[in-house]
This record gives sequence, structure tokens and C-alpha cells, in this order.
Amino acid sequence: MRTTQKNRQRAAWEDLQATAGNGLLDRRAFLRGGAAFAAAMTGYALAKPVSAEPLADDPWSKVPGDASPPYEQRSRFEEKAVGRTLDNTKGELRTSRARTPHHLLNGTITPNGLHFIIVHAGTPDIDPDRHLLVIHGLVQRPLVFTLDALARYPMVSRMAFVECGGNSAPLFSNEPIQASVQALHGLASCSEWTGVLLSTLLEETGVDPKAKWLIAEGADAPALSRSVPLTKAIDDAMVALYQNGERVMPGNGYPMRLLLPGWEGNMNVKYLRRLKLTDQPGMSFYEARTYAQVLPSGKAYQFYFFQEVKSFITHPSPGLAMKGQGFYEISGAAYSGNGRIAKVMVSADGGKTWAQAALQEPVLPKAFTRFRVPWRWDGSPAVLQSRAWDEGGNVQPTRAQIVAQRGETKSVPPVTGFPSQHFNGITSWAIERNGEVKHVYA
Amino acid sequence: MFTLKLARFAVVLALGLGAGTASAAGPNLGKPIDPAEIAAWDISILPDGTGLPPGSGTAAQGAPIYAQKCLMCHGANGKGGSAGAVVGGGPLTGPGSAKTIANFWPYSTTVFDFIRRAMPWQQPRSLTNDEVYALTAYILALNKLIGENDEMNAKTLPKVKMPNRDGFIIRFPDKI
Repeated sequence: MRTTQKNRQRAAWEDLQATAGNGLLDRRAFLRGGAAFAAAMTGYALAKPVSAEPLADDPWSKVPGDASPPYEQRSRFEEKAVGRTLDNTKGELRTSRARTPHHLLNGTITPNGLHFIIVHAGTPDIDPDRHLLVIHGLVQRPLVFTLDALARYPMVSRMAFVECGGNSAPLFSNEPIQASVQALHGLASCSEWTGVLLSTLLEETGVDPKAKWLIAEGADAPALSRSVPLTKAIDDAMVALYQNGERVMPGNGYPMRLLLPGWEGNMNVKYLRRLKLTDQPGMSFYEARTYAQVLPSGKAYQFYFFQEVKSFITHPSPGLAMKGQGFYEISGAAYSGNGRIAKVMVSADGGKTWAQAALQEPVLPKAFTRFRVPWRWDGSPAVLQSRAWDEGGNVQPTRAQIVAQRGETKSVPPVTGFPSQHFNGITSWAIERNGEVKHVYA
Repeated sequence: MFTLKLARFAVVLALGLGAGTASAAGPNLGKPIDPAEIAAWDISILPDGTGLPPGSGTAAQGAPIYAQKCLMCHGANGKGGSAGAVVGGGPLTGPGSAKTIANFWPYSTTVFDFIRRAMPWQQPRSLTNDEVYALTAYILALNKLIGENDEMNAKTLPKVKMPNRDGFIIRFPDKI
């Protein structure tokens, strides 16, 4: 019975016509195939084929389980495997980073414990009852807000990705660095953020017409400071108090952070304690030096600010080996600081032919959009790529286009290095005959 | 979008919500605060020198402070250690080029600002303004951007000519 059903499923997808080279199938194949067909389309981590042994209850099915804890922890089986990668575990006097394991997640929301973190001098231990937010400078009425006061304001919730300006920087390497999607693209995450629109608070302080910028500063040890154009601050900036429904995590800015949807992560100042309105930017260390990108001409970009349209495939990706030929779902994350994702195309032949991916609803502006394409892998070498378009008509560039404009390194940098920033080009994964997935330039 | 919002702000201002007047619509739960009360937190410095505090320092005064508080990470004579070099710098040639004070930083005020707000890394905002001016002078003199005996203060610091002042292209001028 089981064997017969399996054969019928195999026949169903094997009959589908490919819509692009190397076995990419129509994104609507799921809908046509029905439930039995969808059941055959599970992902990469199928541990074992269905056993021929008669079914029996396992021990956990025969005794009552544990009591519920006040705060749920992941399954102990996940604790071992799913975590962020850390690059400063001994707390040395330098920046610490924790990267999101995109290849072990699905959907569009990054769990709070797996949101990427960059802290330049550790995570401060802030008492929320003593934390204050001051708004001053070129305002009519300088005001100071407690967390209790802010919590009484009208709030908004929105999905938004936060991405470090240096995310994907290893792709500036002159040769492809063999690393996971976590190591290459793990400095981007997406959450539902809830808080008070900055425009609401600025209506109460009043804005002096001479104000053009806002200098945001954190309560962390280096008092991290970034300058934000006032237009952005009034457009959609938020003082975020909640992250995916709970208070913002310590590594992400507890008890409050500035959220600038779609803009360079470092500008989304964490531990926010001061906003000073000014007529010019402060030219802080992080804007004058760190987040300015040297071009081959020797000139450098300044005020890049904006995270451009981008996508990458998370399934499959390096470390997620293919388990034999047959059916797989290719999926990944797409996002743009400009607005909604309009389209994602996927190639299995290194960009020669493309199939349109299905976009998981809801497709929200400046948030991760999950894209999916069914794929019939015949076991031969393939090169997977994804390319995204946003609603403004911006298209994700190829790596070659970025390199032509902004250059690449002369030797291979460490995977944790930042030779430049704002890489939003196409990522290529080569599938080898043995099912291994390699990072390549194609 | 934001031009509409800016227009709304202009209307709010035109309605005469001047200093001391609360906004009619909002919860008004912010507490008014005087500049004097903010002073200890207000360490913002602008590239034209706005916000620079009183005080002064020279390279000679900065050298012993550097030896005591900075050398362990930034190395002897600023040549680098566990933290980056604060002296020298090669040509800028693209991705991977090391960005230094001498070859990259466009404004001298950023040197003062970053030392004052973030240094020493394990004890930030523990230096006096005179010490910050002295360390700034020491580093700028090491890079031969000022003379050995030049005093740095609120007037002289913003006038220091940084070599890469004009080395930048604003990436998206329409967004600022």
C-alpha cells in the first residue's frame, strides 16, 4: 500500500514540465498537485526513509511529559544544532557579532534568540526603570521620557528587517569563501517591531525649521552615535519597545532602540537614550569612517544609509547537503529597503534560464519575503541563484556588476572581515554530484 | 510621503506651539528638561566645531596620557596592536583598504568626539576635556597633520585640514 502510493507520487512530479533549465518547476505546481503531491515535497532534512518496521510507540508517548515552564525553551534536540555563530566568545575589547542561522529557519520572522547582534563593547545591563530618552537640540521643547511614559503612547507594529551595512561583505573577496549562508549573510534578521513612532514624539517637542538631522545616541559604553536625516526620522522611524511581541532583547537594544526601516543596521541605534536635532550631521566615527566604502578610484561612498534590494537562497545552501536526486523546494529570503519585493527569479543553471518563484504572502515593505520554487534535481551539477526586484523597479545586481563598480579584494580576507559594505549582489550555490553545496562565483 | 508629514509639522509650528506649550493632540507624558540638565549627556560635536567644550591640550601633554591609557591596545607611537593603528596609512585602492585617520577621516572633530565618547574602551568618558584635547593633539601630530607644539582647543581643532576631506561621494543625495 505504502509502496504503491509512493510510486504514484513520484509519477506525479516526474511528469511535470520544467519551466527553466536543470529541473526548475512551475511555482504553482504545489497548487496543481494536491495534498498527496505536496506531501512528497518535503524539505532537505528528512532524516530517514519511511521504515518498513511495524509502527510502535516510543517511550515519550507512554508517560506524561514535563510541566510547562514560565518561558518556553526550544527542544533540547534543537538547542544542540540551531544557534548563532559568535566571533568574540571571550569578551575581548572589541566588537562582538552573533549571526543568524538562515539555513535552519523558515518563514520570515527571526526568533528573538537568533536575531543577529553586533555590539561594539558588550551588551549593557540596563535597568529599565532608570533608562531615559531625551529629545533636544533644535526643538521647541526639549523633553525627557521614561520607559513608563513611552509605554502609554499610541503604538504601531510593523514587520521590518534589520541588516548590518557589512552583511554579505565576504562576497567582496576575490575568490569565493567556502562558508555557510549564516557566515555570509547572517547579519540580517526580520522581526515584528512595536513601539512609538518618532513623529509622534517630535510633534510634542516641536521641530525648529532649521533642523535637518537628528543625532541618535545609545546608553552603551561607547555611546554609539549616528546621524539620521530628519526626513527619514519623520517618515517611518520608530522608538521600538517590543520585538516579536516581547520586550526588545538585550542584544538588540533593550529597553528601547531606534528603528529605521530599511536603513543600515548601525543607524538603528540601540539602547537609545538621546536624540539631538541639528542642522548638520555629526560625522561620528561610524558614519565618517566605518560605514564609508572605499572605491577602486580611492574615493569613498558616504551616507550609503539604504539597504538595497537583495535575496539569497537558504535551502539548499552550504552545509545542507542534498540527500539524493528527486524533489526539493528551493527557498530563501528577499527584501528591500525601498519597499515591497515585487518578484524573485531563481536559476538552477547559473543564470542562463530563470523560473519565477512563488512569494509567500503577506509581502510587506522593508521586511523579509520568503520565496519558494519547486525543483526536480536529477543528480547532475547545478548552480542555484536567486535575483529579486522591488516595487520601485530596482533589481538585485549580479556580483560582477557590483565588482565592476566597487571592486573586490586583492587577496582572500577572513570570512569575518569587512573589506567593504552594502553588498547586495546575487549569491551562487553550486550543487555537486554528491549533493554537497559550495559557494561559487557564477 | 515624508514631504506631506513635513508639511504637517510646519502646520503644527504655525499654530503657535511655541516653547513651553504642550501639543494639543498627544499624551504629553514627556517631562520638560533644561539644557543645563542635559549638559552631562550632551557630548555631540559637529564638524564645524559646534559643541566642542572649553579646554586645550598639546601633543607633549598627550604623550604620557597615551602611554598610560591607550598604548596597551593601540601600540607604541600609535602603530597599532590589538586595536587599530592611529598613525600612518597606505593608499586607498578599494575594498580591503585600511581606513586611517591620516588617509581617510574627513574631519578632525571626529577624533576628539570618538576619544571623548568611547575611549579608553574599558573606561569610556573617564577622560577630562583637557586630556581629550591633548590626546587628539598627540595623534594629529604623530600623523603630521599639526605641528608638534600646536595647541588643540575649540577654535583650532575644527580648522585642522584633513587630507581626505574631499574624498567622498554622497551615495544617495536624494535621501538626505
